[in-house]
Amino acid sequence: MSGDPSGYLRLEGLTRRFGPQFALDSLSLQVPRGDLLALLGPSGSGKTTTLRLLAGFDTPDAGRILVDGEDVTAMPPAARRFGMVFQHYALFPHLDVGRNVAFGLESLGVAPEERARRVREALEMVELAGLERRAVGALSGGQQQRVALARAMAPEPRVLLLDEPLSNLDPTLRERTRRELRALIRKIGITTVLVTHEQEEAFDLADRVAVLRAGRLEQVGTPEELYQSPRSVFVAGFIGRASLVPVEVLSHDAGVSRVRLPGAPEPWNVPHQGSLGGPSRLVIRPEAVRMAPADPGVLSGEVVERRFLGANALFTVRIAPEATIEVLAPADAAATGGRVGLVPTGAGLHLYGAEAP
Amino acid sequence: MRRATRRELIGMAAVLLLGWLVVYPLVLVLAEAVGGPGRWTLEAVGRFAREGNEWRALAGSLGLSVASAIGAGLVGIPLGFLTSRIAFPGRRVVATLLGLPAVLPPLVGVLAFMFLFGETGFLARMVQSLLGMDHPPWRLEGAGAVLLVHVATMYVYFYLFTRAGLSGLDPSLTEAASSLGADRWATFRRVTLPLLRPALSGAGILVFMTSLASFSAPYLFGGGFRVMTTQITGTKLNGDDRLAMVETAALLLLAISGLFLLRKTEGVADATGARKGVGPAPAIKVGTLPRLVATLAGWTLALLLTLPLATLLLVSFVPRGTWTMETLPPVYSLLNYRALVADPARLAPLLTSLWMAAVATAGALVLALAVAVLSRRLRVRSGPLLEGLLALPWGVPGTVFAIALATTFSVHAPWVGRVILVGTVWILPLAYLVRNLPIAGRSVLAGFRQLDPSLEEAAASLGAGRVRVLRRVILPLLSPALAAGACLAFVTAFGDFVTSIMLYTYDTRPISIEILSSLRQADVGQAAAFGVVLMLLSAGVFFLAGENRGAAG
Repeated sequence: MSGDPSGYLRLEGLTRRFGPQFALDSLSLQVPRGDLLALLGPSGSGKTTTLRLLAGFDTPDAGRILVDGEDVTAMPPAARRFGMVFQHYALFPHLDVGRNVAFGLESLGVAPEERARRVREALEMVELAGLERRAVGALSGGQQQRVALARAMAPEPRVLLLDEPLSNLDPTLRERTRRELRALIRKIGITTVLVTHEQEEAFDLADRVAVLRAGRLEQVGTPEELYQSPRSVFVAGFIGRASLVPVEVLSHDAGVSRVRLPGAPEPWNVPHQGSLGGPSRLVIRPEAVRMAPADPGVLSGEVVERRFLGANALFTVRIAPEATIEVLAPADAAATGGRVGLVPTGAGLHLYGAEAP
Repeated sequence: MRRATRRELIGMAAVLLLGWLVVYPLVLVLAEAVGGPGRWTLEAVGRFAREGNEWRALAGSLGLSVASAIGAGLVGIPLGFLTSRIAFPGRRVVATLLGLPAVLPPLVGVLAFMFLFGETGFLARMVQSLLGMDHPPWRLEGAGAVLLVHVATMYVYFYLFTRAGLSGLDPSLTEAASSLGADRWATFRRVTLPLLRPALSGAGILVFMTSLASFSAPYLFGGGFRVMTTQITGTKLNGDDRLAMVETAALLLLAISGLFLLRKTEGVADATGARKGVGPAPAIKVGTLPRLVATLAGWTLALLLTLPLATLLLVSFVPRGTWTMETLPPVYSLLNYRALVADPARLAPLLTSLWMAAVATAGALVLALAVAVLSRRLRVRSGPLLEGLLALPWGVPGTVFAIALATTFSVHAPWVGRVILVGTVWILPLAYLVRNLPIAGRSVLAGFRQLDPSLEEAAASLGAGRVRVLRRVILPLLSPALAAGACLAFVTAFGDFVTSIMLYTYDTRPISIEILSSLRQADVGQAAAFGVVLMLLSAGVFFLAGENRGAAG
């Protein structure tokens, strides 16, 4: 036993090829005990492959998976003691709720009285007490999801795996279920890996988020870290709203770059560690600029679109033929077709080289 | 890596086992036709080629099969449309009646037909007494009679496939056509019919192959008209084994090439994919006159085609020797049925058929299940080959298999996979098993296709090992498909006549052989009683399968 709390679940150089294609290319991650890690990425990024390797449904071509210091890479799924909640729940249609939840306990050889008690506890935990004899087909989508969770948790697994657990619910239910799920996982304090393609879900549930792209790890960190200092244009674009504008870096001094935006009369100051020069790209969060009168001295453009969000609206401002910036501002700040000025607020600007991913 | 190797080895073992059961006997027949190892000769092939009778039988088989497919289509397709699409009184009853022959073993169908339309059947007697003739007005014999029986029993494939195709058809497709300005006829011709093509060509293949393999009808009604199946049986009974091999090989090649050619006509249109929650199109309400015509046509045909079954039931109550010249039997009693239970000589064939069919069904299901697990779950490299071997007997006429098994298992040579089974009780169950493989295979593989793999993964992640996953998850979820497959296989084996007549011994004679011998002894009532038992058991098993599927689904 390593006893190292920072790496209760360790993925070391996991690689999986399908033919010549890398579904997963040397992925290394660590999940501290009791933490929830979200694997976030577009489809084909390797997040589901990772989860299947973790569950043992597939074996990696290279790399290791360690739990509490024990190598489980070649261990069959039945022996791993990992709980999994499937995307479509995979509840056994021929068994009722109670027998579904009891399934894992039977595998462990738990005695019947003990089994009944633990089934009851698991169902109480997901607030479905007393539904033991109900057919799984008679449950709502949200209830099925909770049964799936209770079933995975009943044998007290070492690690919980969640495969897009909310994607099968309709949007209103998803919001509520997500809150319940978060409260529940926090309460149990189990080490969890969650796969999702929705940034909001990852941010809401996870302690740390690993962004995957084409089988590689782009960046891993807390939601705040990812949002505030995305390491690549891809992460910046995938996490939260962002506009991408081609810029010219004029000078660089003490962690601040002076960059010229297309059509801007004055250069902007952008915090940046490093020494980029010449053509670069600037990622601009919607809250990184505020609107101002379209004076000759400030960057200005035409409002080409306005999306009403309630108190605020999201304005798309064309500053040059090839460049637009999205701005979050009070809903009545401007109208479509009007000209507005744009002033940086100081945060939410990220500078990348022209060729960087 | 070692686990994968072991898996492939099991796959290879399964290939060997199935190959031994399914391919090896056929290869032996082909080899024996040209003399066999060490004694190669084309003598029998030459005799076959020079003999006009052989060519006539070959042409007879081919012609009969094509004509049967056309005739069955001409009857079955309109009936399918009539009962699915046009509203008339009693539509549901007519639809059910018309589907009945599907559950009938071929021999029973032929028997029922004989009792109604045959030269000593009700109809002939009625005409004879009405016209005061001293001879039966017709003889039901020759190519025309066989074709008539084929059409009357095989229309049901076209009928059922048409109905299934229509009920699976997305009604919004025809609605789209009519909203695009197509009238009813244009919609039918340009949308409905092309979409039904896969179903109809499937039915066509089924009828073609069934009538190519048909034995009961040509055997009982053929007279001088010979087809390959009866030709083979005749030659074999004459003791000319070598020539029988050549004939068997010829029929095998005809069946394989027929199947190959027909498969090419199968379309791939899928009209069911787009459908979501919309039921099939309802029956169309038509005017008074068309409605009257539909009612009349529907009921007349339904009665005409199911009347033989009623006749069979009636005849089964006629004690031996009480019905001579009268139009209708004068005496009815339960004697024939009592004999089935009380007379050990009559009970024995019934029990024999029961246990043999049960053993064959169980064996075929186990093999099919093993193949499905190997191919669909363990994904062995030989998976497609295994599935092919499982399906192969479907394309091989029963007579061919009977000859092939008789050849293979009449020699004691264990080192080349041959033991003597002919003359023992085991040859018939083995033959039934081989013939049941495609039926069991189709059901089990279809069941596996509907099985969500994540259920098995869920079980595995909950700590269940392979055996427990199979026992607790796969088998329970597969049980409707298994039950349906078991029923179909059991009924087929239970009603088998074509392989039985080649392989039975007196002590192990199955029910179909007993029917034939009752018929030979002019004990029509007893034959009919056996037929009714066979029919009821088949129908009961089908009903049970339907119930089971309803409860689990």
